[in-house]
Amino acid sequence: MISFEPTEDQELVRSTVREFAADSLRAAARDADEAGELPAAVLDAAGSLGLVASQIPESYGGVGGERSPITNAIVLEELAYGDAALALAAFAPAEFALAILDHGTDEQRRRLLPALAGDRAAIGALAVVEPTPAFDPSRLATFAERVSGGWRVTGEKTFVALGEGASHFLVIARVAGRDADAAGPYASHAALVVPRDARGLAVGDREPTLGLRALPFARLALDGVEVPDGDVLGGDAGCDVGRIVASARVGLAAAQVGLARAVMEYAIPYAKDRVAFGEPIARKQAIAFLLADMAIEVDAMRWLVWKAASDLEHGRDALRSSHHARSYVASQTMKIADDGLQVLGGHGFIREHPVELWYRHARTLGVLEGVVGV
Amino acid sequence: MIDFEPTLTDAKILAAVREEGLVARRYARHYDEHEEEFPPDHLPEAGTMRSHARLFGARTDADDGMAVLSMLVAAGQTWGDYSVRLRRPSGGGLGNAALRAAGTPEQQARWGHLLLAMAITEPGCGSDPSRVRTTAVKDGDHWVLNGEKIFVTTGCRAQGVVVWATIDPSAGRAGIKSFLIEKGTPGFVVVRKEKKLGIRSDDTAAYAFEDCRIPRENLLGLDESIPKESSGGFREVMKTFNMTRPAVAALGLGMSQAALDFTRDELARAGVAVQYGAGAASQPALAQRFLELEALQEAAMLTVLRAAWLADQRKANNLESSICKAKAGAAVRTITQGCIEILGPIGVSREHLLEKWFRDVRITDIYEGTGQIQRLIIARTILGYTRDELN
Repeated sequence: MISFEPTEDQELVRSTVREFAADSLRAAARDADEAGELPAAVLDAAGSLGLVASQIPESYGGVGGERSPITNAIVLEELAYGDAALALAAFAPAEFALAILDHGTDEQRRRLLPALAGDRAAIGALAVVEPTPAFDPSRLATFAERVSGGWRVTGEKTFVALGEGASHFLVIARVAGRDADAAGPYASHAALVVPRDARGLAVGDREPTLGLRALPFARLALDGVEVPDGDVLGGDAGCDVGRIVASARVGLAAAQVGLARAVMEYAIPYAKDRVAFGEPIARKQAIAFLLADMAIEVDAMRWLVWKAASDLEHGRDALRSSHHARSYVASQTMKIADDGLQVLGGHGFIREHPVELWYRHARTLGVLEGVVGV
Repeated sequence: MIDFEPTLTDAKILAAVREEGLVARRYARHYDEHEEEFPPDHLPEAGTMRSHARLFGARTDADDGMAVLSMLVAAGQTWGDYSVRLRRPSGGGLGNAALRAAGTPEQQARWGHLLLAMAITEPGCGSDPSRVRTTAVKDGDHWVLNGEKIFVTTGCRAQGVVVWATIDPSAGRAGIKSFLIEKGTPGFVVVRKEKKLGIRSDDTAAYAFEDCRIPRENLLGLDESIPKESSGGFREVMKTFNMTRPAVAALGLGMSQAALDFTRDELARAGVAVQYGAGAASQPALAQRFLELEALQEAAMLTVLRAAWLADQRKANNLESSICKAKAGAAVRTITQGCIEILGPIGVSREHLLEKWFRDVRITDIYEGTGQIQRLIIARTILGYTRDELN
């Protein structure tokens, strides 16, 4: 049934997170960006919201709330409205946990989830992106080769969010010798759980970035890392890596909707306040129409994200809807951040206002893959 | 709960609408190139094919809201053809919507069965209907109308028309009232049928009213007073637009969907597969362009469903109606232009319907308020400005 009605639970979570993001995250965003560091107090406060544990069943050490991609999309929009870097820092750990929950065998869930659900939780991180121009997750250069009793993984990864402090990585790789395209773009992929102390794994220098500077991204080098069969996500049957990619695309798109809304809601009062040639610039159609276009697109983007999230939630194929949500939202968010900066004129270029930060966030978020999931 | 899949019952209705649409499409080219003919109320196939309307009986409260379903049905019909229908029900004109919104129960009972056009636009007044110059002067138990109307949709075929006229030109928008005039009334002249870029088989008429005398009770709603506040009465009239803006957006998106479907098929014939989920580096440029247009289509359709869903919830949807109209109006232009760009020369061949959809959709961003007017409404709403503060 076609409905835009969030559940009561979703409304409650939305208002809680909205308040937290607008107060705590927004206030900490500028200093965190300048320092290139995550403020521990803010992350602790985010952790107390229980965003990860609430989705893990009690039997795996969690709180046992509902597992809902739509709820997560709503949460990510609200968090990123406060600040996208801090939002991703708060929510990225959920991605590893949700991948284990959604795609792991029962043994894998029992073994890995309890440590991720606790108070001072361990962190698992996804390793998807590779340092290559025009990175495409369907064409990986990281390969898993069959060896006796398991796999040997070789390749380079980067943009691994929170990778420096992670206890485990979920490495997305291609299975050597398996042909992809006939059975879909991810048919030859596998997700492998690699502990931080695995032999052959090196966690390298931090990847410095244009936006999201507060969020530390790690680089990984995998040199023949041996992964036993039991650590291939989903066991012998493997798992649908396309679904992990889709979930991440929806997650990033949801965060971008929040970012775009932040720009719009900052630009509107600014344009009403800023006087030029005897009246507020918002009363000029040239400015007013830019703002109207923002309102149109923020709505359109949110519904695309919700549609893709609902496909994931109802177990439908989500490759198409997540693709559309991702590509559309990435380009529109960039445009909104760009136009928002233009509305502020010279002030948009000054670091006293958050718009230049959002402009950098928008460009950065738009090209990432696999950083945060729903 | 948030979801975007129609229920099973409604999916069957929409599938049936598409089947009828494919039949209508067989006649689309003929009526496009024979502008002087009207498509019949029933195509020959109507004798053997059952109507999708029969499936409505199976609907319950657990199915999609009626406004939401209406948008999907509208898009499904124009996916077949903008003007040609397997069957054309009575009471489906724009004037019928106005009668339902503003007429008294007696007026609705009296005229509801007629096909009613809506006459607003004048030679000197388009997107700003407050400049209406057609006058209605009371004369005993009658109104006497004088003026010109243009761009009257289905104006030739219609059996009657709802006309906007002012009863007090000095009162501005507050003086505008809706009057119902039946065809055949002395002084009501159908001047011509317009020749257009697209939607050619949808007749568009120009009217003249020359001392056209109608009974006093033909004023819709029967309220002869002029509201004191600047635009109260006018707002009543403008209420009609809350579902017509999403509806015309849906009509346009049905045609752009047809253009996308045709383009996907032609690309497949040429060996270009559109793959979902892979990154840009794995897609041929043409497929990449197609994916962008398809995402735009989805985005625009969702804004239409949002506006309709709000109406189903009996919530205000004025902002959302303008959002979806502005979004769809621009989207259908980009999509049909882009599909021709993708397919190259065969995209402009009249052997295919793509060039017709390209012409037909162009009106979407103009009628029922241009994209620019919608942006003005949106901007005023989000900025909290009055008409005077932002114009």
